[in-house]
Amino acid sequence: MQKEKDKKKIVKAFKAAFPKTFPILAGFGFLGITYGIFMRVSGFSFVYPMLMSLLIFGGSLEFVAVSMLLSKFAPLQTLLMVLMIQARHLFYGISMLEKYKGTGWKKFYLIFGMCDESFSINYSADVPEGVDAGWFMFFVTALDQFYWVASATIGGLLGSLITFNTEGLDFTMTALFVVIFLEQWMKDKQHMTAYIGLGMSVICLIIFGADSFLVPTMACIVVGLTLLRKPIEKRGEWQ
Amino acid sequence: MTLGQQIITIAICVVGTMATRFLPFLIFSGKRPTPKYVQYLGNALPAAIFGMLVIYCLKNISFTMAGSWAPQLIAIVVVVGLHLWKRNMLISVAAGTICYMLLVQFVF
Repeated sequence: MQKEKDKKKIVKAFKAAFPKTFPILAGFGFLGITYGIFMRVSGFSFVYPMLMSLLIFGGSLEFVAVSMLLSKFAPLQTLLMVLMIQARHLFYGISMLEKYKGTGWKKFYLIFGMCDESFSINYSADVPEGVDAGWFMFFVTALDQFYWVASATIGGLLGSLITFNTEGLDFTMTALFVVIFLEQWMKDKQHMTAYIGLGMSVICLIIFGADSFLVPTMACIVVGLTLLRKPIEKRGEWQ
Repeated sequence: MTLGQQIITIAICVVGTMATRFLPFLIFSGKRPTPKYVQYLGNALPAAIFGMLVIYCLKNISFTMAGSWAPQLIAIVVVVGLHLWKRNMLISVAAGTICYMLLVQFVF
C-alpha cells in the first residue's frame, strides 16, 4: 500500500516537472549538440563530451575546457579559471538553502546538478498543490541533465550530419532567462534587487568586457545588496 | 597533453565546480541556524542573479551594426509582451526563439 502511494507520488511529480523542462530541452538540445560537434572537430572522441557533460554539467565551463585540454598542462591556472567561471553557483546555493532542506537523499543530487537552468527553474517554479517538491526538483534536475548529456553525446557521435538551419536556436536560453526574470519581478514587492543585478552587470560588462565581467559583477551585486539591505528588507517584506 | 594530464584537467573542472555548488550547503548545514545576513542574501540575490543571467546571454551584443543588436532587442520585446499577455512560459520562449531565428536568418 505504502509502495503504491510512493509510486503515485513520484509519477505525479514527474508529470508536473516534465513540461517545465521543455524550454531547456530545446536550448540544451541545440547547445549540447553544438558542444559535442565542437569537441569532435577539436579532435576528441564522443566519450569526452559524454563524460564531461555528465560529471561537470556546466555548459560554459565545458566549452572553455576544450581549449584547456588543447593547451599546455597547467593545473593551477585551470583551477583558478574553473573557480572564476563557476563562482555564481555560490549564489545559487545560498538561494536554495531553504528549498533543498528536507529532500533527503535527493539533496546530494540536487546540489550536484545545480546548473544555471536547473537552479532557475527550481527556484522560480511554483510546485503545484499536492506535488512533492523534492521529487519535482529532482526530476527537473535529472531531465535537464539527461537532455544535456544525450545531446552532447549525439553531437560527438554524429558530428556535422545536421543540415537543418539552426542559426539563432540558442536564443531559447536568453528567452528563458528573460521569462524567469519577469516572473521574479512580478513576485517581488521591491525591484531594487533586480535593478542592482541588471545595472551592475551592464556597468561591469562595459568596464571589464564580455570575457571577464562575471566575477566583478557578483562582487558589485553583493556590495550593492549589503549597502541597501535596510530599504530592500523593508520594501521586500521578508521579515 | 598526455591522457593522464587530460584526466587530471577534467578532474579539476569537476572538483572546482562541485566545490562552488556544495560549499554553501556545507557551511550552513541544518545544525546551526543560518545567519540573518545570509538569509537576507538568499532572498535578495535571485532577482539580481536572473538580471545578471539575462545580461550574460546578451554579452556579445555590439552596436556597430543593426544585425548585432536589433534581433535580440525585438525578440526580447516579443518575449516580454507575450509573457505579460498570456503568462505562459512555453509560448513566450518558443515564440521569442522562432522570432529571433527568422530575424537572423532572413531579415538581418
